[in-house]
Order: sequence, then structure tokens, then C-alpha cells
Amino acid sequence: MARLISLVIGAGFVFVLALALFFTAKDAIQNPAPESAEHEFHLHPEDIHLSSAGFFGKFDRQQLQRGFQVYKEVCAACHSLKYVSFRDLEHIGYSEAEVKAIANQWVIEQPTVNPETGEAATRKNLPSDRFPLPFANDIAARAANNNAIPPDLSLMTKARHDGSNYVHALITGYRNQPAELIEKFPGAKTPPGLHYNPYFANLNIAMPPPLTSDGQVTYSDGTKATKDQMARDVAAFLTWTAEPNLEARHAAGFAAVIFLLIFVYLAWGAYQNVWRDIKH
Amino acid sequence: MSFPWAKHYEPKQPLMRWLDEKLPMPRLVYNAIGAGYPVPRNLNYFWNFGVLAGAALVIQIVTGVVLAMHYAANAGVAFGSVESIMRDVNAGWFLRYAHANGASMFLAVVYIHIGRGLYYGSYKAPREMVWLLGVVIFLLMMATAFMGYVLPWGQMSFWGAQVITGFFSAIPLVGETIRVWLLGGFAPDNAALNRFFSLHYLLPFVIAGVIILHIWALHIPGSNNPTGVDVKGEQDTVPFHPYYTAKDGVGVGVFFLVFALLIFFSPNLLGHPDNYIEANPLSTPAHIVPEWYFLPFYAILKSFTADFILPAKLWGVVAMFGSILLLFFLPWLDSSPVRSANYRPTYRWFLLVLLIDVLVLGYVGGAEATARNVMIGQIAAAYYFAHFLIILPLVSAAEKPRPLPNSITEAVLAKHGGTSPAQTAMAG
Repeated sequence: MARLISLVIGAGFVFVLALALFFTAKDAIQNPAPESAEHEFHLHPEDIHLSSAGFFGKFDRQQLQRGFQVYKEVCAACHSLKYVSFRDLEHIGYSEAEVKAIANQWVIEQPTVNPETGEAATRKNLPSDRFPLPFANDIAARAANNNAIPPDLSLMTKARHDGSNYVHALITGYRNQPAELIEKFPGAKTPPGLHYNPYFANLNIAMPPPLTSDGQVTYSDGTKATKDQMARDVAAFLTWTAEPNLEARHAAGFAAVIFLLIFVYLAWGAYQNVWRDIKH
Repeated sequence: MSFPWAKHYEPKQPLMRWLDEKLPMPRLVYNAIGAGYPVPRNLNYFWNFGVLAGAALVIQIVTGVVLAMHYAANAGVAFGSVESIMRDVNAGWFLRYAHANGASMFLAVVYIHIGRGLYYGSYKAPREMVWLLGVVIFLLMMATAFMGYVLPWGQMSFWGAQVITGFFSAIPLVGETIRVWLLGGFAPDNAALNRFFSLHYLLPFVIAGVIILHIWALHIPGSNNPTGVDVKGEQDTVPFHPYYTAKDGVGVGVFFLVFALLIFFSPNLLGHPDNYIEANPLSTPAHIVPEWYFLPFYAILKSFTADFILPAKLWGVVAMFGSILLLFFLPWLDSSPVRSANYRPTYRWFLLVLLIDVLVLGYVGGAEATARNVMIGQIAAAYYFAHFLIILPLVSAAEKPRPLPNSITEAVLAKHGGTSPAQTAMAG
């Protein structure tokens, strides 16, 4: 009896699925899915081989400082870094005094209240402060940026597939819309106010090209500030902001793996020893 | 419990004798996982996964309790509190990555454990209760894992909660009311986050309780083995300790090795990037996908695209829950007297197809819903149900099994070359 019920239920599910399969196939033949520009012209970022990538990855502090400079002089006007504190910069090689100076001279001040009147006010940043938000709220951010909110960058390299490479590819990926694209998909012309970028998911991004010319920032370590170099450096910096404990993680990982290899070897020996007289 | 030749606990130390009189806890442990539990001598490495699942639960509870000390279950600050754990709490990144990947390790180990049960017929008499309790544990784990994934309050957390609680709205008439009642609002928000946190903290202890019942039920018939043949005598078994504690030591070591590689070298491999974006009810992600361990079931849900008497959505939800609930009936759907698929020449091929089928469903569950993928999913989902509800009952009735060994010991000796009744007798 139980088996009969089971056969009936099983046949029921299979029948409904066969029906669904039939309609899916029919629909696919009658209305084949239209090709889309996003599908055909979207590009995957190429690998920029950051020093932090891979098992032995370590940050290149010189590069992180250059990346921070790019963030400060280019990105920070619109993009917040709200999970990172000024004091964290000590981990990329700035001294306590330098961090204090960076915080103190930061263009955007921290919101606070006037201790006498209780009115809204601002004060200079302290090392213990998080990086201040460039816009007071989302509405202000939209109003200033053609109705698009510039996302926070603290976690950007973890919030996108292949994030570190993506940041570099996106920043350097601006170009004119290919003629074949417009020819094939006349409806997919980049709307005014947006910018064509094949690395962006829907190909049209609201952010204008942030790096427009070589030498846009002047590196103090003598590195030539080409557009590609600046994009690499800021990608490295944002890899650090997203995963500041990467080096400690890799170091602990090596200790753990070596310990466990020894453990497995000894456990294997113990197992062989215990079972030596028992066929199994 | 179990066999008459099981060793008896005889404490020699006065302190242990005293303790045994007042509270025989060491006796319980001795009989459960010590020398007092005789186990078939021929278990292979697939029998390590029960212990590994227990280890994974302990890891989840320990890391989870500490994480809960730093986490704030409030929709306004939850995402930020997780980031603060990652950046400011001592070794917080380790705790969080261990907990997030620990969930994957737990589910992976349990899937292998379930697969072993399927292949070697561990669900059959006399171990039906062990299997039923196991399915209960699996359901509790799925609920716990889902609610845990909501807690960081990222985009996938929020939209996953939206989709999963949306299943209830497929129930005719009262569905929407139930959904709103479960969520405490019209969409996932603070009320939902708080109750998910409360239940996420509660359910692991319920799981621990059911695991005790699972082990209790196991110890009545004793462990199954790769031949599926019953234990005939003392020569077929070895005491759990030291034999299987030593073997489990190797398994635990390898488990931790894989776990460490995940935590320390690719902690976000199994996660979704969108969950590093804070939840935003106004922005729907391009593809809402659950964690990898739910993908096969998600594929079954998505495969029901046609209305037939019931609306397609209800079919999908019924089928998705049904795909797990049918496991409860497995012991009675399979009428074959032979447990181990090693001796079931037809059925083992269908099991292999099932394994591939579930992997295909997993792929489809995570892939884009193109017509091609949907059709693959529909075929795979149909096989899933056909396997358990049609093929298994028919094959188990029609199949002619290969001859079974007379005993576990005979099978072991055959593997080591030559088998005769004389040798079997001598091996004792």
C-alpha cells in the first residue's frame, strides 16, 4: 500500500515536471530569449597580480600609501570609507604623528554638536574617528551625483566578484561605446549622463571617469603616476580596507596548516599502530 | 546496550568508583564511545563523518556563542556590528570566518554522512529510528543555517529572507497572513531579524538534544557496516576505543586541515559578494541565490513553472519541502532485504545517477534561469522524485542481489585473500 501511494505521488511530480518542461521548451522555441548587450559586451576584469593575492600574499605598504593618496585626492570627494578609522592607517606604515596630521587636515570634518549651544557643528578629525561621510545623507548624495549614490568603498573589493581586479578594470575601462554594439542593439545606446564601461554589470555607469590623465596625483616616492598605476594602487588600497587582517590571517594559516599536517601524520601513525593486528 | 560481549566498565580508582556510584557519567561515556561499545571491524572512512558532524556542531556553538557577545541584532546596526567584529574584536575575523565556513563544513560533512547512509542502507531495519532522527537533525540544521545567514544583514541575507519566507505565501487563503505573522511585518525588518537571532541561538541546542537521541537509537542495534551484514559474533567487532577513536583522529585531522585552508586562505570562497553590501529593501540583487548547500532544493523549487490544478509556485514549494520529507519514508519504500548497495548490482547504478543528479540540481540552482538551465533542472528534478518514489520501490522488489558474505569477518578475510569457513572460524 505504502509503495502504491509512493508510485502515485512520484508519478504526479514527474507528470507536473514533464508538463513544465514541455511548456518551457515550447516557450523557448516560440519566443527565443533575445540577445542582450550586457551579455555580449560585458568583459571580465584581467588579473593585476596584487602582492596580497595568493597563499603567500602580503601587502606592499608603499603601494597602499600610494593608493591611499589616490583615494584621498580623487575618490574621497564622493565615496565614503565608513568602516575604516584614521588610526587604521598606522597599519599601512604611517606613523602616529602622520596619522594625526592626516586626520587633522582632512577636508571634510566630523559632525558633532556645539558643546555650549547644542547646535549642529563640525570639528577636526581625530585618529580615532572613522573617515567622515562626504554627503550628509543619501538624498544629498543623489542630488549631487545625477541621482546615483556613490557606494561606500570600505568593502568594495569583497562586495564584487573578483573585487580587486574589478576595481582596477572598472577605473581604467571607460571607452567609447563600440560601433558594433549600437549597430546590433540600437536601443542600448548609453543614455546621456551615463558612461560606457564594459566592466560594469549593465555597461553604463553613472560615475564619470575618475582618472582622466597621467600625473593626476603626484607620488612622493617617485613612482610614475600613470592612469593604470593609480588604478592598481587604489585597488590595492581598497583590498586592504576590505580585509585589513589579511596578513595576520595568512600567517595564522601557515601555523595552523603545519600544525595540522604534523597532527594528521601522528594520528595516522597511531591509527596504524592500534590496528596493526586486526585485519579490516 | 548492544552485544553480550561488550566490555563492562569497572573503575579501579576509588574516586572513579565513588563517582560511578553517585553519578555514572563515565560509565555512560564508556558505553557510548569508549571500550564498552563494540563496533564492526570493517568500517571504512565514510564512517568518520558522524563524529565529524559532531565536531562541526561543537565548533559552531563555541564560535557562535562568542560572536553573539559582539553581534547586535538590530536592523540598523547589525551589518556594522559584523564589520566591527571583523576589524576591532580580537581575532574577530577568525571567529566569524570560522563560523561562516563552519556552517559549510557542517553541511558538507552531513551530506556525506547522509550519502553513506543511502549507499550502505543504514536507514533500513533495525535502524529506522536512527534515520528518522537524522532527517529531523537535517531539517533543524537547514533552518538554523538559513536564519544564521540572515543575521549579517547584507543584501543576500535580506533578499534570501524575503524569498524563503515568501514560500509561506504560496499556501492558499491564509498564506500571506502566515508570512506576515512569521516575519512580524510586511517585509523582513527588525522584528524578523530579532526572532531569527533568538531561534538561531536556540536551535543548535535542540540539534544537540536530537543528536543524543540519534546516538542512543544507534546504540540499540549498533553500527551498520560496509557489507550491511549483521554482526554475528565477537570476532566481527572491535571496541570503539581505541580502534575507532584512533581512526576518527585521522579523520578529524583531515577535516580541520580542509577547514583551515578555507578559513585562512579563501574565507569568502563559498559566500556571495552581495552579502558585503548592507541590506537595502529598495534594491533587488540581479540574482538572488541561497548558500551552496541549499542550491539543489532551490533548483527543485524553480523547476515547477507550469500551473496544473495548483499554481506553479505552490507546486514548487510543496515539491521542495517534499524532496526532504520523502526521506522520512525511505525505510519503507525500500523493500530489499539487502542493506549495502555493494551487493545490489542494479540499485547502485541508480544511486550513482542520483549523486550526479543532485550535483546537476546544485549547478542549476545557482545558475542563471535561461531556458536551457530551467529545462535541465526540470529533468533533474523529475529524476530526483522518480528515484525515491518510483525507481527505488520497483528496483528493490525486482532486483536479484549478489550473494552476501556469511559474516563481516569472512568478508574481511576475503579482501585479504582467500576465504574458507575454516579461516572464518580461526579469525575469532
